[in-house]
Amino acid sequence: MHAIEFENVDFAYSEEGKREFCIKGLNFAVEEGEFVAVLGHNGSGKSTLARLSNGILVPDGGKITVFDTPLDDKHLFDVRKQVGVVFQNPDNQTVASIVEDDVAFGAENVALPREEIGRRIDFALQAVGMEEYRHATVARLSGGQKQRIAIAGVLALKPRLMIFDEATAMLDPKGRREIAAVAKRLNEEENITVILITHFMEEALLADRAIVLNKGEIVMEGAPKDIFARHEELLTYNLTLPRIGTICKTLREGGMSVTDTLDTDLLADEIARDLKGGNAS
Amino acid sequence: MRIVCENLSYTYNAGSPFAVKALDGVSLTVEEGEFFGIIGHTGSGKSTFVQHLNALLRVPSSLKKYKPKKLKKGEVPPPAPVLRVGEYDLTDKKTDFFALRKRVGMVFQYPEHQLFAETVEKDVAFGLKNFLKKGEKLSDEERKVAVSDALKTVGLDYDEVAEKSPFDLSGGQKRRVAIAGVIVTKPEILVLDEPAAGLDPLGKQEIMELLHRIHGDWCKTVVIVSHDMDEIAEHCTRAAVFSEGKVVMCAPPKELFREAETLLSLGLDIPLTAKLCRALKERGIDLDCDFTLEDFTAKVLALKRGGMA
Amino acid sequence: MKEVSFGQYYPVDSFVHRMDPRLKIVFLIGFIVAIFVANSFYGLIACAGVLILIIAFSRVPFVKILKAVRGVLFLVLFTAVINILFHGGEHVYWKWKIFTVTREGIVFSAYLILRLVLLVVCSSMLTYTTTPVSLTDGIESLLTPLKWVHFPVHALALIMSIALRFIPILMEETERIKNAQKARGADFESGGLIKRIRAFIPILVPLLISALRKAEELGDAMDARCYGGKKRTKYKKLRFTWRDLVGFLTLAILITGVALLRVYVGDIV
Repeated sequence: MHAIEFENVDFAYSEEGKREFCIKGLNFAVEEGEFVAVLGHNGSGKSTLARLSNGILVPDGGKITVFDTPLDDKHLFDVRKQVGVVFQNPDNQTVASIVEDDVAFGAENVALPREEIGRRIDFALQAVGMEEYRHATVARLSGGQKQRIAIAGVLALKPRLMIFDEATAMLDPKGRREIAAVAKRLNEEENITVILITHFMEEALLADRAIVLNKGEIVMEGAPKDIFARHEELLTYNLTLPRIGTICKTLREGGMSVTDTLDTDLLADEIARDLKGGNAS
Repeated sequence: MRIVCENLSYTYNAGSPFAVKALDGVSLTVEEGEFFGIIGHTGSGKSTFVQHLNALLRVPSSLKKYKPKKLKKGEVPPPAPVLRVGEYDLTDKKTDFFALRKRVGMVFQYPEHQLFAETVEKDVAFGLKNFLKKGEKLSDEERKVAVSDALKTVGLDYDEVAEKSPFDLSGGQKRRVAIAGVIVTKPEILVLDEPAAGLDPLGKQEIMELLHRIHGDWCKTVVIVSHDMDEIAEHCTRAAVFSEGKVVMCAPPKELFREAETLLSLGLDIPLTAKLCRALKERGIDLDCDFTLEDFTAKVLALKRGGMA
Repeated sequence: MKEVSFGQYYPVDSFVHRMDPRLKIVFLIGFIVAIFVANSFYGLIACAGVLILIIAFSRVPFVKILKAVRGVLFLVLFTAVINILFHGGEHVYWKWKIFTVTREGIVFSAYLILRLVLLVVCSSMLTYTTTPVSLTDGIESLLTPLKWVHFPVHALALIMSIALRFIPILMEETERIKNAQKARGADFESGGLIKRIRAFIPILVPLLISALRKAEELGDAMDARCYGGKKRTKYKKLRFTWRDLVGFLTLAILITGVALLRVYVGDIV
């Protein structure tokens, strides 16, 4: 089953009478259980994608289906229960000052019984590794922790699809790693379908499949590794190679036999093999 | 201008149950001409420190209402803080803090959030007008030249953007207009708190190139707060590591990242090149590089050509 | 990073801190009734006694209490002086033009001072011992009966809760914008009134834009978490404990006591 399917979706902002297409004739589907990364530079339409997926924005044309349910006015709440979205700014997603009150918010909105909300809070906080902060004040948490609380608040609704809309963009490297790890774990252990929207190439590596958006259209698609191998093409879409990719490329141009990898240990292995092999010959 | 800081401490909400000690006896010197990095977690005191550099946060003794605390009998007074930026003594009430601010520019995190004027031109010229001395006049022509210079430095075209509203620009452009609004007065020291936060890799690269351009030119000293160790390794002459309000290390990147263990134990990152050096060492290859990408690849390729010694 | 302290909450753990916020709000209202029912010296002493007990059990330092009183000191003294001079009465001590100082006037003013001080101290005890968050919970819970007349109790509570969450954030933001403009040479301290008001434009515009952006993003995040459905439940339930029973009984005894004093002892004046 498709977790989400876009069929010929258009979305345009009208400005001074002109229609600026943000998403243009977009066709794509994500399978249930998949982990998909969506890459693109600022303004490529990738954040619009997230807001279209749960009906915050309504497409101008085309059709969006979520777990076989069409996304329309009648099914809006059914879809929102299944699609959780985590946004960029950790400060602007929490409604309550105390962690558990905020995590409860979504579950309260769908009128779950009290005991069930309690269980959902336990589950959600445990899933993001924040059990001990249950009674803490949100304002005193770090950016990464706040973002984990935002994830927990979404998880309390037990969504089947989770979209991370540049959820790591405002965090420091440590917070970024925390959030990426949580996304990966939710996909593997809770079998939640994940769409990770990001401009950090390193994070896209966690995905089964990566999609590159440019001007609202899909321009590249495939396994993250294969996409990174196409450096020149990435550059034309204003995306840069991850630093490790630059190293691989420079070393190869210098005559060393290293393949494109994004794993430091693998690269070290290859460099060591090449250097020691060179010594032996 | 040289920055000299000794025994600097700072407590927020002092005397209340919410008191937080943000700086605890910081001593640090930044020489003129440096591209100086400041590393540390959120809450390590690094932002508090840099806000002292242009007196946005003040050493208590420089405040008008300051009264020295009475000591109890036998109590040893804490060492007096020293904070000098060039000829300005920031612990002295009589210092002209306004003149200091003109010469020490400060770019805050997400600087685009401070834009306010109707046009880009007016916003960039804001600092220019504020810093005029009493009776000093600025002709329209002079203003235009200064604003257009600043915009050019950040890679924007005056004719294209000057009359636009800053709020109609893209995110990256807004950030650059905001930076132009600080550098328009050509400060000798430029302090930046994570200038590239939230930008995509290309935007990041552009900001760093911009800083190098002005650093080689009229801006003598750059102090940059950053989480990005690759950035520090690539660009800085020296860097200080802040942790819990103290400076725990201060050295050129080459020496700093050799102490990878210490940084990792503080929960901080190390640059990619340092990670690779560590991994290579485990595999019996000792690489002596300064942790820039260029030097790393050059040293590896040199080994390749020379064979393993 | 700067911590913004918000409200007057004094963070210690005590008997009073642990009481149900609803009880504390009701207690405050009851206490105000008691100090106005009490029309004798003994009645007010009883009220003061109860309040001193509360302070003792709250572990809020006495200096804090004095601070709360100091805030309204001028107002209290001013009203007292006016009353002494204009109250009038039979036992005249001194008279000059329209001013008369009488025994009744002095006694009345003394009562007034005592009542105002008790009122201020008791209200600040509520804010010292209750976090803004639980105060909101308490108000929401106490207002629940209004749902029957279709008063949007939950929406009101949500507004208060979001305000509590965002006021510190906006205060921090204001501080940051102010510093950023100061770094660009803005001067907020000198000049005439007009100049000073104009000087705040570079703070107000970014702050407004920031608040609107926050509101929009928060709205999206709330929508994404299914806000706006017809039915809603509430996770947090406030619980009445033995502490609250103690509080309630104290209040009941106090009100009965001062009422009896009023009936049987009567007005001293």
